[in-house]
Amino acid sequence: MNLTLRVWRQAQSDVAGALVEYQAIDVNPDMSFLEMLDVVNERLISAGDVPIAFDHDCREGICGSCGMMINGVAHGPMKGTATCQLHMRSFRDGDIVVIEPWRARAFPVIKDLVVNRSALDRIIQAGGFISTPTGGAPDGNTMPIARQASDSAMDAAACIGCGACVAACPNASASLFTGAKISHLGLLPQGQPERYRRALKMVAQMDLESFGGCSLFGECQEACPKEISIDVIARMNRDFLVAAVAASEERSGGDEG
Amino acid sequence: MWLVTLYRSTIGKKSIMAVTGLVLVAFVIVHMAGNLQVFLGPAKMNGYSAFLKSTGELLWLVRLGLLTALVLHVLMAWQLTRVAAAARPHDYARRDARASTVASRTMRWGGVLLLAFIVFHLLHFTTGTLFPTASRPDAVYPAFSEHDVYGNVVSAFHNPWVVAVYVVAMLFLLLHLFHGAWSSVRTLGLSKPSPQPLHRRIATVVAIVVWLGFTAVPVAVLLGVVR
Repeated sequence: MNLTLRVWRQAQSDVAGALVEYQAIDVNPDMSFLEMLDVVNERLISAGDVPIAFDHDCREGICGSCGMMINGVAHGPMKGTATCQLHMRSFRDGDIVVIEPWRARAFPVIKDLVVNRSALDRIIQAGGFISTPTGGAPDGNTMPIARQASDSAMDAAACIGCGACVAACPNASASLFTGAKISHLGLLPQGQPERYRRALKMVAQMDLESFGGCSLFGECQEACPKEISIDVIARMNRDFLVAAVAASEERSGGDEG
Repeated sequence: MWLVTLYRSTIGKKSIMAVTGLVLVAFVIVHMAGNLQVFLGPAKMNGYSAFLKSTGELLWLVRLGLLTALVLHVLMAWQLTRVAAAARPHDYARRDARASTVASRTMRWGGVLLLAFIVFHLLHFTTGTLFPTASRPDAVYPAFSEHDVYGNVVSAFHNPWVVAVYVVAMLFLLLHLFHGAWSSVRTLGLSKPSPQPLHRRIATVVAIVVWLGFTAVPVAVLLGVVR
């Protein structure tokens, strides 16, 4: 199959970019989307051109590196799938495919389709951790956890931090990401000591990184390759509101973190 | 101070929008129920209006509360719209809507239209400033009278253009409530986890009931059911 690609090319963050048209010839429908780009890049290199820069690592849908906007949809047309797991059989011969980087003020373009997602790391640094005495691995089931809680925590923990939620959100909000991190720790007993402080700090950092607010459009959960539900946003808001209203109590409880 | 913490964050601002929005939802439900008394005749309707006015200071307290809710609601919406616009300075060449509803995508400019409608509506039925027949002593229908709410309604809605304005405005209210009545509860974190988090039964019922109740009055007058 043959495709026409319109790819965002931008040499570096501080220069203007533009959509450039390329022909992807003899594409095998069993290729992944990234393999298709590899083939296009091989041709560009042998023709002496600069290959298209795109982020990728594991290529099995767990590292969260390979996000890109494909025909206006984060990670392309296949639901619950990262770009690396998207196959060319999802496209038809002769299709025009527009490929753009994630667009958000908090995600500056480094080159072509590669954006800097460090803002998400800084949200994690602000409170996405637990401080618990470490040592030998504890025996199984010494700490009872309700099945419902462990399942919900695992659903939230599936977040790979790819940034598709931000990319798909009309407001460029990082609420699904932050909500997932707050939920996955806040649902488990190990996450309780810092639960409310965590909500305050991670939400403050999220706002500081100039992401937009949540309007509950629902685009994020549709775009999420791990199909994380907007329920995590309700949980984040609940923890944040409780923490904000009871903030004085929290402070008098001692702030070691 | 916790109010400052709220005001400084996007979640806090959105929560203020949600609380004030729920206050306004409660108001439109009561307002709609009051309007339906037009079907019970002039005595009932004007009696209700006289009762509301007889509450004196309490009425002004409620009006002040509603005005505060409205001002906060609009102010927060305006601020959050600016934050969202700043969060994506370079827009996509193409971004498809896949999960969002027409209602959610029209919240902002639909809200502006509703605000314009509220101003018009107050000048129309509350103060009578913009009452179409008020300046026409030769008009077939009675002029605006503060004490004859029933007469005002019947008189105003004999004009198809006025009916059109109200019918269109109520369509935007339907959309606004379909998203707002649902998302306000979710924003405040009061929703339970759901396998279908975008489904909204109560908000759908509220939006449709309010829309039907409000639309019924001008349409009934225009069709001559209420005269």
